[in-house]
Amino acid sequence: MILGYNTLVVLAGCALLGLACGTVGAFALLRGRALMADAVGHAALPGVVLAAMIVATLGGNPRALPPLLAGALVAGVLGVLAVQALTRGGRIREDAAIAIVLSSFYALGVALLSHVQTMPQAAQAGLGKFILGQAAAMRAEDALWAGGIAGFCVLICLVLFQRLRAACFDPDYARVMGLSVARTDLALLGLIVIVAVAGLQAVGLVLVVALLILPAATARLLTHRLPVLLLVSALLGALAGALGAAASAFEPEWPTGAAVVLAGAIFFTLALLLAPERGLLPEAWRRAHRRIAATESHFLRAAWEAQEAAGAGPGMAGDRWTPIAALAAARGWTETYASRLALWLALRGLVARADREIHLTPRGAAAARRAVRAHRAVELHLLGLGATDIAGADRLADLVEHGLPAEMATRLLAEPSALPASPHALGPKT
Amino acid sequence: MTTEDFFRLDLPALLAAILACGSCGLLGSFLLLRRDSLLGDALSHAVLPGIIAGFAITGARAGLPMLLGALAAALLAVFVIGLVRRVARLESGAATGAVFTSFFALGLMLMEATGARSVDLDLDCVLFGQLESVVWLEAQGFASLLDPVALAALPRQLFLLAAVAVVLAGLVALLWRPLHLLCFDPDYAAAIGLPARGLELALNLMVAAAAVAAFEAVGSILVVAMLVCPAAAIRLLTDSYRAQVLGGAALGAALGALGYALAGPLPAAFGQNFALNAAGVIGTLGGLAVAGAMVLRQLRNASPKPAIISG
Repeated sequence: MILGYNTLVVLAGCALLGLACGTVGAFALLRGRALMADAVGHAALPGVVLAAMIVATLGGNPRALPPLLAGALVAGVLGVLAVQALTRGGRIREDAAIAIVLSSFYALGVALLSHVQTMPQAAQAGLGKFILGQAAAMRAEDALWAGGIAGFCVLICLVLFQRLRAACFDPDYARVMGLSVARTDLALLGLIVIVAVAGLQAVGLVLVVALLILPAATARLLTHRLPVLLLVSALLGALAGALGAAASAFEPEWPTGAAVVLAGAIFFTLALLLAPERGLLPEAWRRAHRRIAATESHFLRAAWEAQEAAGAGPGMAGDRWTPIAALAAARGWTETYASRLALWLALRGLVARADREIHLTPRGAAAARRAVRAHRAVELHLLGLGATDIAGADRLADLVEHGLPAEMATRLLAEPSALPASPHALGPKT
Repeated sequence: MTTEDFFRLDLPALLAAILACGSCGLLGSFLLLRRDSLLGDALSHAVLPGIIAGFAITGARAGLPMLLGALAAALLAVFVIGLVRRVARLESGAATGAVFTSFFALGLMLMEATGARSVDLDLDCVLFGQLESVVWLEAQGFASLLDPVALAALPRQLFLLAAVAVVLAGLVALLWRPLHLLCFDPDYAAAIGLPARGLELALNLMVAAAAVAAFEAVGSILVVAMLVCPAAAIRLLTDSYRAQVLGGAALGAALGALGYALAGPLPAAFGQNFALNAAGVIGTLGGLAVAGAMVLRQLRNASPKPAIISG
């Protein structure tokens, strides 16, 4: 397929719409107003249909975009006002109010649409594309309109950046600085209405809310810094918009809105799984890593303490071979599990293995000494605080010693010093 | 209009509207009282991929696979919403919005990809409902109501709707007290040992079942109207739990009947050639009911209350 001029313009238009939705969506999400776009999107339907009816009755071209978008804008504003009126009494919360407004406005639109279809002037032509979006039906001038609106929204966001940031993160500070949060909120609401209405052609009114939420939510997973978040959100929105439009160009039957939202959902899912700090997989990896490190240090400490018990004396690493069975008994592990750990530590070069016995290598001995130090530092600290349950102190130290930085261990137990003897008997766990 | 026409065209659609809207109205109160109205919105959208998958796997437009698929999709959606809230640290509204739109978009694409669209389960059904397609062609007149052969030919959507309505009504009656506690004092409910999580799950599954049963009659989006509007209108007028739940169901059923009648049969009866999408009219009436309830409430608050004279 050759990318004609028209296709390119439509791609650019959808990308710009995505860009605007991503930018405004970031602020909407941070301020907790993102779902308002759902109310606005659905509420736009009766506005679009009525506008088409009026234009057709007046003999105009019912496909012309500006009157339809104007109708959507008016209906969207009415929807926002209706949400605010419903929540005023305090009996109906905002989420219920949004659900009421979006469903009943949409229902009115559906009823009107079924009436328009019986009208002779073919006024309904092309109205369906507003429901699920149909970028393929976009013309170059529509795309130019969309681009203009998108540019306007991004510009307003940049101009109001300080106010929006203050309203999102620290409304109290904003008030102290004399910035009216109520007026900022009103501006944000206006921006939400405008991008939701402008996005109708590309995404459709049912799913336009997703284009405000998904890129912003993805960006939040990836960064804490607002300027970066805005940039990432805007770029992801643009990418999702362009991908959806491209899919729509190749397969005109596909609902563009669904394609755009699925692209956004895929980005979000990837971020959810892979985001370096908050993602599920890195988190699982870190947790597994911590567990392995803790188990390793338990094994090494058991090896060290076995030497102490076998006669090397307190605080001294002996030079004997230790049976794995003795280590397993000291930690309460099965022997198979302990052998597997020994194999792992041998691979890491921390112990040497021979005939079901192990021996600490120099590196292993150093690591074991650090583990013993951390453990005894915590134990002695607890006992120094007046703990009388020695076995309890031992168990508690087992849990907290791994998070203890070397510097903190030194504060609890001055270095250089010989390792103190264990406050409890070493040997098999009871 | 003849009696035969009424039985063939209007009676089944009217029954479908009443059952669908009544079921949703019944459950809407629990969602509203639990401040979970958005969940109705989410589940009614999120069941779509499940419905399509159930349809695509069995290849038949039978009720049970679609219902099972929808319940599975609803459970998955609830789980994913919880996961997204925790991992992405989003407030519940945004997490819900992100998840249900993605599910809905997936359902729309599946519909194209699996060819489910080619049969009568199409976009229009999802978006607008197909109340008008619920017809009973075997009906001859009053006698058909007692004729087993004719009754067996009742549209299958009606069977699914009736079964779901009966099960939901039974469950609500059975769980009347626990649901009451769950709505008004979840902490106390947990303290006396009620399985609060199990109840929440049951409520979610009930909403999903109502959503999928009503889906063919009124479409995904208008299920939302019936889940929230009747309950909200009643909520503005009463503080009684019993009145809230039963009133929600009754108002839902009444809106369904009135909306269907206004959409076509009533204008036709007066000789007007004028027909609207019934689901659209029902949803519009839902919004008007809430607006009317607000006006009533304001009037009641404005009228001076009789002074209490003690003495």
